[in-house]
Formats: sequence, C-alpha cells, structure tokens
Amino acid sequence: METINVDLLFRIAGIGIFISVLNIVLKQADKEEQAQMLTLVGVVIVLLMVIQLINELFDSIRTIFNIY
Amino acid sequence: MEIVQVVALGLIAAVFTLFLKETKPELAVFLSITVGVIIFLSLLKHIARVLHILQEITVRANINILYLDILLKIIGIAYISEFGAQICRDAGEGATASKIEFAGKILILVLAVPLVVVVLETIMGLIP
Repeated sequence: METINVDLLFRIAGIGIFISVLNIVLKQADKEEQAQMLTLVGVVIVLLMVIQLINELFDSIRTIFNIY
Repeated sequence: MEIVQVVALGLIAAVFTLFLKETKPELAVFLSITVGVIIFLSLLKHIARVLHILQEITVRANINILYLDILLKIIGIAYISEFGAQICRDAGEGATASKIEFAGKILILVLAVPLVVVVLETIMGLIP
C-alpha cells in the first residue's frame, strides 16, 4: 500500500489561511494596498506550485494515452 | 485500502476549500485543482496497468494496434477536457467550461473520422 502525497494540499491550505489572517490584520491597520499586494503574492506563490503539478499531470496523461 | 485514502483526501480538501472560499476564492480554486491532480496521479499506476492489459489483448486478438491508439487518445482528451471544464465551472466560469468541452468534442471527432471512414469502406465492400 502506498501513501498519497498530500504535502502540496496542506501547503496550499496553510498559505490560504495564513494570507487570509494577515489580510484581516492589514485591513484593520488601514493598509488596503498592502493587503492587496499580499493577496497577489500568495496567488503567485500558489500558482507556481500548482503549475508544476499540472505539468506533471499533463505529461503523464500524454505518455499514458499517447497524445502528442 | 487506497479508496479510503482518496475519500479522506477529498473530504479534507472539501473542508479546506469551504473555508478558503469565504475569504480567498482564488486559492480555493487552486486547492480543488490540486486535489484533482493528486487523485489522478495516485491512480496513475493502476491506469497504466489496465491499459497494458488492454494492449496485450489487442495484440492477441490480431486487431490493428492503431485502433487502440486512437481509442486511448480519445479517452485522454475526454478526461483532460472534462477536468479543465469542471475546474472552470467550479470557479464560476460556466462559459469557458462549455468552450473547453466543445473543443474536446471537436478534437475527439477529428480523431474518430478515420475510424468512421474505415467502417463506411467496410460496409461499401460488403454491398455488391
């Protein structure tokens, strides 16, 4: 029996919760722009992680189903 | 049991997605993409095994391997377009999802045309 790699899932969820908490703090401190930037940075970081996973998925589908 | 792992993963992801959807909807979409990909990647080994067996049967039945290739390509396109369309629909982009499905259907049709031609030729050959 193999274990499924769930690291990325928890990492993304953690980043999301972390950023939403920080967002609330920044909004309370009247720093709307920084909050916006933080959201953007979070999205970019998560996107970089997810893109690698999607690339892996597409590669494996392409090799399994012989799509070129 | 692998199915237990998959179900547990899905439930955990659903809870996280529900939580993130309220505050950060864009990250919730990433989360659902990740879950889909992880589940597929965990099933990769089994899919490969089934396809290998299918290939063996095809060779043993003296059927041209080209047909199985076309079939596999169609399954791959169907899976990948369905995946993308569902993610888009989850993100609230129903229009984009419909377009992705449309593209998938057209590409499948393109792949299936040679088979249809072969069938038609066979029928024409049967008619004296």
